[in-house]
Amino acid sequence: MSTAEMSTTARTGAISIRNVTKIYDPEGVNVLAVDDCSLEIGAGEVCMIVGPSGCGKTTLLNAIAGFHSLTFGEIRLDGEVLCDERRPLASQGADRVVVFQNGALFPWKTLGDNVAYGPMVQGTLSKAEAREKARHMLAEAGLGDVAEKYPGEVSSGMARRAEIVRALINDPKVLLLDEPYRAMDALTKSIMHEALLEMYDRTKVTIFFITHDLEEAIFLGDRAVVMTTRPCRVKTIVNVDIPRPRDYHLLSSEEFRVLVEEAKDAVHEEALKAFEAGERELA
Amino acid sequence: MTGSPVESVSGRRSEPPRGMALFAYRAGRMVRTTGPYLTVLGIGAWLLLWWLFSEVWYLPRFEKMPGPVAVLSDLFARDPFQGISIFTDEYYEHIWVSCRRILFAFCIATGVGVPLGLCMGWSVQFRHYTFPILETLRPIPILAWVPLSILMFRGFEAPVIFLATLASLFVTTLNTMLGVQSIDESYFRAAGCLGSNRWQIFRHVVVPGALPFIFTGLQISIGVAWFSLVAAEMVSGDWGLGYLIVDAYMNNVTVPMVIGMITLGFVGWGTSVLVRIAGNRMMQWRTRALALEGR
Amino acid sequence: MTAVSDMVQGAGVVRKRTRLQRLKDNRKLWRGIAAVVIALVFWEVGSRWDQWFGFTLPFIGLIPPPTDVAVAWMSVLPQPGYWESWYLSFKRVLAGFLVAQLVGIPLGLALAVNRYFREFFFPVFEILRPIPPLAWVPASLIFWPTNEMSIAFVTFLGAFFTIVINVLGGARTIDISLLRAAQSMGATQWDMFWKIVLPGTLPSIFTGAAVGMGITWEVVLAAEMISGGGTQGGGGLGFFIWNSYMGGSLPHIVVGMISIGIAGYVSSSAIRWLGDWAMPWRRLF
Repeated sequence: MSTAEMSTTARTGAISIRNVTKIYDPEGVNVLAVDDCSLEIGAGEVCMIVGPSGCGKTTLLNAIAGFHSLTFGEIRLDGEVLCDERRPLASQGADRVVVFQNGALFPWKTLGDNVAYGPMVQGTLSKAEAREKARHMLAEAGLGDVAEKYPGEVSSGMARRAEIVRALINDPKVLLLDEPYRAMDALTKSIMHEALLEMYDRTKVTIFFITHDLEEAIFLGDRAVVMTTRPCRVKTIVNVDIPRPRDYHLLSSEEFRVLVEEAKDAVHEEALKAFEAGERELA
Repeated sequence: MTGSPVESVSGRRSEPPRGMALFAYRAGRMVRTTGPYLTVLGIGAWLLLWWLFSEVWYLPRFEKMPGPVAVLSDLFARDPFQGISIFTDEYYEHIWVSCRRILFAFCIATGVGVPLGLCMGWSVQFRHYTFPILETLRPIPILAWVPLSILMFRGFEAPVIFLATLASLFVTTLNTMLGVQSIDESYFRAAGCLGSNRWQIFRHVVVPGALPFIFTGLQISIGVAWFSLVAAEMVSGDWGLGYLIVDAYMNNVTVPMVIGMITLGFVGWGTSVLVRIAGNRMMQWRTRALALEGR
Repeated sequence: MTAVSDMVQGAGVVRKRTRLQRLKDNRKLWRGIAAVVIALVFWEVGSRWDQWFGFTLPFIGLIPPPTDVAVAWMSVLPQPGYWESWYLSFKRVLAGFLVAQLVGIPLGLALAVNRYFREFFFPVFEILRPIPPLAWVPASLIFWPTNEMSIAFVTFLGAFFTIVINVLGGARTIDISLLRAAQSMGATQWDMFWKIVLPGTLPSIFTGAAVGMGITWEVVLAAEMISGGGTQGGGGLGFFIWNSYMGGSLPHIVVGMISIGIAGYVSSSAIRWLGDWAMPWRRLF
């Protein structure tokens, strides 16, 4: 685990996924979504999970976050068992915060109140303190002007950034991102990437990032883990030894393209398989 | 797209017009379209036809109906020919009685229906037990309850309020339940992974998330409340607009009947506007986002 | 992990459960049945309270117990008069409903398609719409020569407004890109109307029909109770209820209520079934 060793101090947020299997049972039909999948993610690592749509990546994320149970295997966070066969559903907690595919800022709260929500409900800060801290963190992320606006009033890029701030205000051990930039155009995406990297450089939180965009994976990640199509297993792991901080000039560099090429064949093969299977995506 | 901010030459965003300026801007645009003229023309044509049919040509069947002139002259007469005008106390007594009944019915139905619907939408187990009972009762038309409600609640007031409440209750409860079910799963998950407990999820996700549906339901609910109120007042009543209409019919005076109908239309429309305004107030987040989309 | 590979080979394996097992596992069904049974028991006990315990409970004590209702129902089932009430009510509902559809759907589509027509006609429609249908009953009794015609008219009005509003709303929300796509493939105005506007409006037409059907039953019932009572032997389920009320036969009132509930349920199921049949692409959801 070269990347795990790379992380300097004894930070928290190491995830180990051991022999995880997930079988869905809708309407009496067993569907194997994740099959005997094992992965070690070091503390402070940016781990990118790449795979075709509907391959079961999200299932893995749901098991870590505690939205879905797993069928076999276990998941540990910093050595503590989150879920295993005896307790298949992990408890939901603010140490693992999720940023959702379609965005889940509460549309009925202003961006400021959205960000203040976590500390407020956990009771770690009073309402006023939480608001103050939220305002401060939003300003740090360049969103100070829109703190009083509702999510419906700002661009999707701003909303997504605010959602990441809403996750980070809780000081999570792990940030779980589920294709957060899926619906964005390439230009907005690159701005979002730089903003995320900037936030990562400040916090060094462990990031579990699901995507189907290979370039995104190489650009952001310490490692890009290519998954097979359903059932989901680890196919190959591409180590990205490009130093941080990174910026968009990297996209046109030779080493970046070499890494993308390295992973492309594997991803393409799986995408083709998924396309031919033609199954509807699982929830 | 009137609400979108305009990029001015200097690159700074100029604020969209507000208040009077916005009103003047919209009015200015409106008079340049055909809309207002055709509207006036349409209403005019309708009144003219009604007048010609019933008061000039005395067409068969129409001759018995009061024309617009007869209705309007009576409505605004200090000394109305057929007993009801805007200067008689009786007129306002009828309106007041009906409105009071609607207010009671609507408040009871909302007070019971919204919490019930929220619980039904939120807890699967609770829904499994209560929904079938609701669904067995719902196909029975509200008006079929009239005789039973007269037997159950003595007097004039209680049966009428009961019927209006019952009608609203079904609508409010079902819409609230649908509202909770319509909330995207990811909001529950987001609230969960940010560390909320069950009560906080209810308070911060379930209630505000269901609000749009609740208010749609309340709009329908006040409509059906008026619907059943009129029916109930027509069958058993001593006061109220429904009673006014049926009483006029019984006494062979047609003008108060039409006045009653028009008044019902206005008052019913007014109450539903009130509900809509309340909804927009409580859902600023939605109103503002919709305004940006030019709706 | 031999256990896994034993259980699951490949991506999808059907685990067979018999129909009986599935019925047994259907928690929702059993809970529903339990709830309805408990409600019936409460009703029975509540309304028999004064027989058993000597004093009458408020409200519930004044209505007949379900067993009495069942007995009364059994006694009316063989009577032809009871079935004639069904027939008369159904006839009235269908007549008013069909006429409202025939007038309302074209009108709604016309309002949606032609802006000038909408600006001319819609305000009048909006002025008349908030007047509850039943408020029209006396006026309609004066206007139309027979009772039957005035019932039909009020029934028509009740469904008409809902249908028009739904059709108009549905037709206006059709995705404009569908129309553009058709246009780019050389569709004529007529094609676009039949192939896009009409099918695109179908969901709202059926929503409107379902709501309209409910209102129609309400109106028919009220009209039967208000006008049919007594004169000309109007008949119908509403009259059945009213007659039982006048005759002081409480269980028969409830029998009438349940009958009309079943009738309403049957008609709205028919509309739902028709909707599924007419819109096969919606069955997916």
